[in-house]
Amino acid sequence: MTSSLEMPPRRSVPAPQLTWAQRLREVLLSPNAIRTASVAVFFVIWEYYGRRMDPIFMAPPSAIFQAALELIRNGALEKALIQTLWPFAVGMALTVVIGVGLGIVMAQWRTLEYVLDPFVNALYAIPRIALIPLIILWAGLEFAGKVTILVSVAVFPITVNTYSGIRDVRGGMLEIGRAYGATEWQIFWKIILPAAIPFIMAGIRLAVGLAIIGIIVAEFFTAISGLGGMIVEYANVFATAKLFVPIIVIALVGVVLTELVMWLERRMSRWRQLERERF
Amino acid sequence: MKPPAASDGMVVYDGVSKFFPVRARPGREDSAELMVALDRINASVRKGELITLLGPSGCGKTTLLRLTAGLIVADEGRITIAGTPVTGPRKDACMVFQNFGLLPWRTVMGNVEFPLEIDGMGAAERRDRARDFIELVGLGAFAEHFPHELSGGMQQRVGIARALMRKPILIFMDEPFGALDAQTREQLQEDFLAIWSRTGATVVFVTHSIDEALILSDRIFVFETAPGRIRTVVESQVAAERLGGDVRAHPDFGKCRAELREMLRSEP
Ligand SMILES: Nc1ncnc2c1ncn2[C@@H]1O[C@H](COP(=O)(O)OP(=O)(O)OP(=O)(O)O)[C@@H](O)[C@H]1O
Ligand SMILES: [Mg+2]
Repeated sequence: MTSSLEMPPRRSVPAPQLTWAQRLREVLLSPNAIRTASVAVFFVIWEYYGRRMDPIFMAPPSAIFQAALELIRNGALEKALIQTLWPFAVGMALTVVIGVGLGIVMAQWRTLEYVLDPFVNALYAIPRIALIPLIILWAGLEFAGKVTILVSVAVFPITVNTYSGIRDVRGGMLEIGRAYGATEWQIFWKIILPAAIPFIMAGIRLAVGLAIIGIIVAEFFTAISGLGGMIVEYANVFATAKLFVPIIVIALVGVVLTELVMWLERRMSRWRQLERERF
Repeated sequence: MKPPAASDGMVVYDGVSKFFPVRARPGREDSAELMVALDRINASVRKGELITLLGPSGCGKTTLLRLTAGLIVADEGRITIAGTPVTGPRKDACMVFQNFGLLPWRTVMGNVEFPLEIDGMGAAERRDRARDFIELVGLGAFAEHFPHELSGGMQQRVGIARALMRKPILIFMDEPFGALDAQTREQLQEDFLAIWSRTGATVVFVTHSIDEALILSDRIFVFETAPGRIRTVVESQVAAERLGGDVRAHPDFGKCRAELREMLRSEP
């Protein structure tokens, strides 16, 4: 009788062997090889034309590299980076906590939803940039001001996604917990929240992009510290080569952070990916 | 009619009714009427027996199962399990769902250990037991797979393993094999019977397939629709052949099936 219960073990098939020529082709035409080549060509063209233009408007990569070395050596870049990244980290952490918290509260308690949603909708509708002078007035130009601006700019996609992620959990899913005698608390932690994770992670990915914009804009306004402050400072004195340094650093930080969040998102939403491939 | 005494059986239905509001016409919310989904059900399920609730779509089979599982509350009458009135889900009565009801972010192991995780059992202990039950339903090699990497039949084996984890006295199954193709369904029916015969649990099994009812059950509760009632309770004549043999090959199988079909078709 039990023999009919056994499943045959999976047969593994060896991957097909590639010839040398095929392998070389594969490497040369791999997405990363094409990306690298594209960037290299871009820099060569930039260097060529950059040298022929007025240095007030344009700087070639070699001059930017020189400027970067100088800013690293005299410590200005490190100082600005810390002035930007520290409030960024704190602001991002606060954004996730507040965003997810608000989303959960609004999705789980009808009354609180009705209490909060006029404000959330109003804030969502106002371009948050319009509030920056007011926030600076209240929270100042330094750390607290930057953090507040960042949170106000980045928090909404997380709240909205957490809310819809929780609301999207089907009744059938909750019934699994109920049928097995789970408490409301267990149902929340073991069913509702895990089911909403892919939504929440997508919200966090959007928030990271907005947070970078938020903190740089904040530093433009305050114009006295951080990478954003650096940009304004060098732009005002037409130090174009130096001006490019913080821009490139911001771009690098943005790429690294986005990749990191996307990697996390893929890891935590693997089941959803499987589900999608299946249907 | 004398209500059955609570001591008679594992599950006793004593005048159980359930009403659902019919959706009111727009603008006239106060005109909501009640629809009788189940009308004064009196029945009793004996300890250790496997009964099926058989009937056409919409006759209230799922509703009766959910009432028994304590997921919804009866509007009239009462249900007792092992002598205790049902007030909510019980930990010794476990459910197998029609659409498998697996948590897609958990592996097979994670899904099977879920009930004992709810009970607060330590991880090592509950995983040991989960491994045994995963083995029992024939999925030993798939413990770390996710539900969406498995076929429908395999997913429902996970559902069965999970339901067995607490060593329940009662198992509810709502058309558990309804979503499967004919061949897989037969295999699972056979395997489930083999497992069930070793557990001694009482099973309440919902189906709308006459064949499935005959293949599995000791007794068949035949429903009629609008309002939902139990028309008759049929003792299966072929139940003895279930284990090890082929019920379909029983000389009376065709006759029993024809009788049941007649019962389901004719309005009284
Ligand atoms: N939550 C509900 N609200 C309103 N009406 C309901 C609800 N649940 C069930 N009903 C109604 O009660 C009746 C019985 O439904 P039930 O799901 O128990 O039928 P069933 O016998 O399981 O049918 P099927 O074989 O199609 O699953 C149906 O008419 C259905 O529309
Ligand atoms: Mg049903």
